[in-house]
Formats: sequence, structure tokens, C-alpha cells
Amino acid sequence: MQHFYFDHNATTPVDPEVLETAVACLGQVYGNASSIHHFGQAAKQRLEAARRQVAALINGSAAEIVFTSGGTEANNLAILGVTRASTAERRHVVTCAIEHPAVLSPAKQLGTEGVEVTCLRVPPSGIVSPEDIRRAVRAETVLVSIMHANNELGTLQPIAEIAQIAHQGGAALHVDGVQALGKVPVDVQALGADLYTMSGHKLYAPKGVGALYVRKGSRLAPVTYGGHHERDRRPGTENVPGIAAFGAAADIAGRRMAADTERLAMLRDRLENAVLERIPGSGVNGSRWNRVPNTTNIYFDGIDGEAMVIALDLRGFAVSTGAACSSGALSPSHVLKAIGLSDERARASMRFSLGRGNTAGQVDALIEAIGASVAHLRRISVHA
Amino acid sequence: MPELPIAVAMSGGVDSSTVAAMLVRQGRTVVGMTMQLWNQRRLPELALEDGAPSGSGRCCSLDDVYDARRVAEQIGIPYYVVNFERQFEEHVVKPFVEEYLAGRTPIPCTLCNNYIKFDRFLEMADSVGAHYMATGHYARVRFDAATGRYQLLRAVDESKDQTYFLFGLTQAQLARTLFPLGELNKPAVRDMARSMDLAVASKGDSQEICFVPNGDYAAFMDAYLKEKGIAVERASGEIVTTEGRTLGRHEGVHHFTVGQRKGLGIATGEPLYVIATDAATQRVTVGGNDDLQCARFAAKQVNWISLAGLACGETVRADVKIRNKHAGAPAMLFGTGDADRVEVRFDDPQRAITPGQGAVFYDGEMVLGGGWIE
Repeated sequence: MQHFYFDHNATTPVDPEVLETAVACLGQVYGNASSIHHFGQAAKQRLEAARRQVAALINGSAAEIVFTSGGTEANNLAILGVTRASTAERRHVVTCAIEHPAVLSPAKQLGTEGVEVTCLRVPPSGIVSPEDIRRAVRAETVLVSIMHANNELGTLQPIAEIAQIAHQGGAALHVDGVQALGKVPVDVQALGADLYTMSGHKLYAPKGVGALYVRKGSRLAPVTYGGHHERDRRPGTENVPGIAAFGAAADIAGRRMAADTERLAMLRDRLENAVLERIPGSGVNGSRWNRVPNTTNIYFDGIDGEAMVIALDLRGFAVSTGAACSSGALSPSHVLKAIGLSDERARASMRFSLGRGNTAGQVDALIEAIGASVAHLRRISVHA
Repeated sequence: MPELPIAVAMSGGVDSSTVAAMLVRQGRTVVGMTMQLWNQRRLPELALEDGAPSGSGRCCSLDDVYDARRVAEQIGIPYYVVNFERQFEEHVVKPFVEEYLAGRTPIPCTLCNNYIKFDRFLEMADSVGAHYMATGHYARVRFDAATGRYQLLRAVDESKDQTYFLFGLTQAQLARTLFPLGELNKPAVRDMARSMDLAVASKGDSQEICFVPNGDYAAFMDAYLKEKGIAVERASGEIVTTEGRTLGRHEGVHHFTVGQRKGLGIATGEPLYVIATDAATQRVTVGGNDDLQCARFAAKQVNWISLAGLACGETVRADVKIRNKHAGAPAMLFGTGDADRVEVRFDDPQRAITPGQGAVFYDGEMVLGGGWIE
């Protein structure tokens, strides 16, 4: 059976060109980038070239890029690092309820370290209100952490406005950009982000590599200790093949951005419109405007999303619902609950996230499969 | 048209793994699913001494999911973990705790079978297009054309027979259930698992109450009630003898079960046993072994399997089993005016007939039905 992938917000396949870069680097560039000799220098060159490529994608400078093991580590470094470097007077952090656990968990950890954390509610649009941020920021606020695009809804947050508010209050702004990078143009200058989290594997690069943009002049304490790598901000021998792949992926994303976003928005809308038109009792969660072009989150009243994911997988379509936990089982999405969905509707919701490999033919086949699955599941629940 | 798949409930143990592998070998289309029933990170005070979460190495632990996934990979079937934590707490854990607080001794496995394994799981099987479900239970199902009913029969391996926990299965559930191990004995199952080189072939058997670490149900209840913010301090009461003499005090009737001898905290010459617990008065009655003997009881919420029912005043002979380890004893069943209530009179008195446990009625290898001891 053929399997089609509609879960690009979970992870993306590695781009063939990126794969070539990674494999070549893995095979040939084995020096330690900290070594003085020829081999070390070859590795260092790859490392710095990748740094320039990643910086270029977000309009930052190379010196402001800190490579990490991925988005989660970058979020931890930003949130713990900025707060731990702050003065005793500034012990307050503002974030919101639809953030990824990689932001919410370090924020919760800060709570145990005597830092006050304000977690803002988010309206049903899935878009944070800048006014709420304004009310929350105060003289003690050291950091505001708001995501650029939400992983489940795809909704884009008004980052530039939030940056102004944070900066007026003397706070730094961290933006988890994992789900926006490569899907919409990112310009950290225009956004006003002081820290911006990136992940390689959401950008057609391999797992295990990410980066944190740290605006020049930002105070950031390391959260791990061991060496002088990454300007004393992230110790550990650099994952040069992974980083080189990430650089190549950033380069490709920049070149393809306009064409990709237009095509993905067209496919996403084709899927969304057909589903809404054909299936009664369905609707889109969160705003349909101000979204990344590849994502739609749809509820189908009366169905169990978990059963539907399995039913669609057995038909050859990979989609998702909620957040996967360690066992692979699902629990209702904290994002959907945060924007006010009932438990029942949250459990009846599915996320479809498209990517470069999807075609109109695949989308049409998915529409058929969704229609058949929903009809089957609704028939069963009538009997049950 | 392709054959409809069979959904196999895979626990990660040797029995259900062998079932999945057997069915694949028979050329059936199989989908493996593991039910996530309890989050073992809850109730951290129940963590074992080595610091592992209380659920590790137990039902629903990550280790078991890992094992089930590995077997599914080995035999090449699609595999999913399905989350029934919410339903498990609602239909199994909560009633378990409530029953103990009410002074009864519940059997959560039967509730789990009735409301989760053969209900929610079957619904999930339906959802993914499977008509039958299969489990690793040791029991047999047979359709009897004469009566038009599905029958539940003891396993061929009597030492592993699990029909005691399956008395609540309805005709609709039995019609769609396969128990491929019912005809086999455990050593044969292990041999088969070994011959198929299954990764779990030499794994140990699971324990009875999967969500209670070390079988310490009182500690589980204390932790659960604390998490829920339910105070039970007021639950202390007196320990009295059958003659009404007060011997001491206790910390709540839920710490006691009928027939229990240890843990009374009382030093006496002759051995004392719990005869009865009363939640209303918080009184625990103790006495000698003879006081535990009783010949009659009533069973409520009776589910009939091979028998369609018992009219008022109608009687039938049966071997009645009053707990899992009970060998079963001959008795007469009396129909009452109430369709799902039966009076049971044993030929000879039985020891420790315990309210809250199941009573299962057998005619030889066949389960007539069963209910809950009042």
C-alpha cells in the first residue's frame, strides 16, 4: 500500500540536496571544529558557512546564531538563559497557553526557581491579543516568550506588536519560530525578536539540529557547562554534518519560499474547502486568516479523532491529532482546550499539515478518505 | 474484497503477543493495539524503592508498550497505542476505590473487561474496520445452534482459566471475540512464542491488578484519594469481635477485606480473621475461622451467558466460584422476582464469601452466568 504524508508539522522528510550535503560532510569532514589543524579548519569552515546560511534566512547576522541539538534545547536556552542572567529585580516572565511544551515546561521550571510566570489565555482565534501582553508586562518582567506560528492551528502571532510592548517595558522577547521557519518569511529585525528558536527537522533537514538567534547585546547565561563552543553559550563539540545540512536546508527554504508558500496555500485551501463543503458538522479550529500556508485543523463533530488517525493510517494517510506522548498514545490537545474547545470537540479534531512532497492528486485522495472515514465512524457511534 | 482485519489487544505480554503472531501465521489480516489505561507517572508517592515510577514493568508501562511494538514489528502488522485512560479511571479505578470505601472488595479486572476491553476496544476495532477482536485470555467461545446463544467455556488449561473475570460479557461481545489460547496450555503457548522467536517469549506473567503497585491496594487508595483531595480521616473506627467486644481501632474499613488475617494490629492467642466490614458504622468485625463459614448469599447485576435467565422460583444446579482462587462448590441457584438477581445456596458452607467479588456459575466447563456478591 502507498503511504502519503500529511504531517509536516511533526517533522519533514530530508530534502535530497540536504541529504547529499549531510552524507558528504559525515563521510569527509570529520575534524573537530575546535582543532587548529587542516581537518579542524575544514570542519570550522562548514560550520561557519552554515551559520551564515541560517542567519541569512532570518535576516540576522552569523554571530547571532547559536547552534543547538534542536528546537527544544533552543527554547530552554532562551527561557532559562535570559531569566537566569537577569537582575534580582526582574523576576517575571510572560508566555501564553498555546505555547509548545518546550516553552511551557522550562517556564514551569522557572516557577520553582522563584520566578513568577504569567501564562496568558488565548481567544478562540488562536491568536494572542497584544493588549493582554500589554496588561501583563510590568517593571519586573524580564522576558516575554510567544511563538511565531502555532504548531496545531498554524495561526501566526502579532510578533512585531508584541516586541514593541515588551521592549517598552524593558523586557526581552523570545519567539519560538519552529513552526514558522520556512513557511513564512522571517525577518528578526522587522519582528523585533531578541531571541528566535529554529529547528532543522521542520525545514527538511535531519533531526538533532536547531539554532537560537540571540540578538547582539542580549544577556544570556548558559544552561549547560563544558566548553567554549558557540561563544560560550552552548558547550559541546558541534554536530557539523547536521549543522551543514541545516544550513543547506535554510538556503533552499529561502530560494523556494515564494513558490512553496503559494503552492501549499492552494493545496491546503483545496483540502479545507472540500472537507467543509462535503462533511456536515465539520469546521476549522482557530482563525482561517493569519495562518501559515500549510496547516489546517478541522473538527468533525461526533467522531473520535484518535480512531480517525488510525483509520486514515490504515488507508495510507498520515495525519495527526493532539500531542503524542511517550507511549505513542494521545491525550487531548492543550492548545485546542486553551482556545476554548470542549473536551469532546478537541478529541474530534485533526491536524493536516502539508509539505513539498504533496500533490493535488494526493490531496484529492485524502479528501475521499476523510469522507469515507468520517461516514464510517459516525455510523458506528450511532450504533454504539 | 479483502478480508476484514482482526484487532488484537496486545499488552506486551507473551499471551497476547502469541495470539497476534498465530493469527498472522494463519494468514489473517491483523491490527495490533495496546490500550493505554493508566498514567504510571500519576501518584508519585507509589514509586518503587529503586526510584522507578510505580508503573514500570507493569501493565501500561512504557516497557510493555515497547515490547508490544517490537512484536508487532517482528510479525509485520500495523500497531497503535490507544488511549483509554479517561474511560479506565471512570469505569474501573473510581468504582474500585468507591467499593473499598463502601467496605466491599472489588475486582477491577472484571470491570475493565466489561467496560474497556470488550467495549471501548471493540468500538475502536469497529472504527478501524475490524469485525473481530482477539485477546490472550484463556477461555473459549462457542456458538450453540440449539439455543442460539454464544457460550463461554473454561480454558483447556484449567490452571490458567480466566472465565471468572469474563462473566460480564454480553452475547453481542462474545459474538465478535476470539480467544485463540483457550484450546492451549501455557507451556504450549510459551513453546509457540519461542518457536516463532517472539521477543517476549520468556517474559514473566502479569499480576492481577495492573494499576496497583505491589498489590498494595490500601496505599494506592490513600494516594488516589489524596490526589483527588478527598479526606478520609473520619474513616477510623472500631474493631469488634462477633460477641461485640471492642479490641481496638483501625484507620478505615478500606484497609480490610473479608477473610484477612494479617495487619489487624491486635495481639491475641487464637488467630483472628476479618468477618465483616461495615462502611456506615466504620466497624470491622473479627472472629475465628468458623465465623467465616457461610452457605448462602445473593448475587446482583447477573449477566446470563449460556442460560437465557432464571424465572422467579426457578432453580438450577451449578458449581459456583466466589473468587478467582476458589475451586468452585456445588450450589443451587434460585431465581428471584428480580431478573438480574439470584440467590445462591451452597450444599456446604464456604469460607469468606466477600461482598463486591464476583460469583460465577458453571455447568461443567460452561459458564451459565455470573453476578456480583451483595
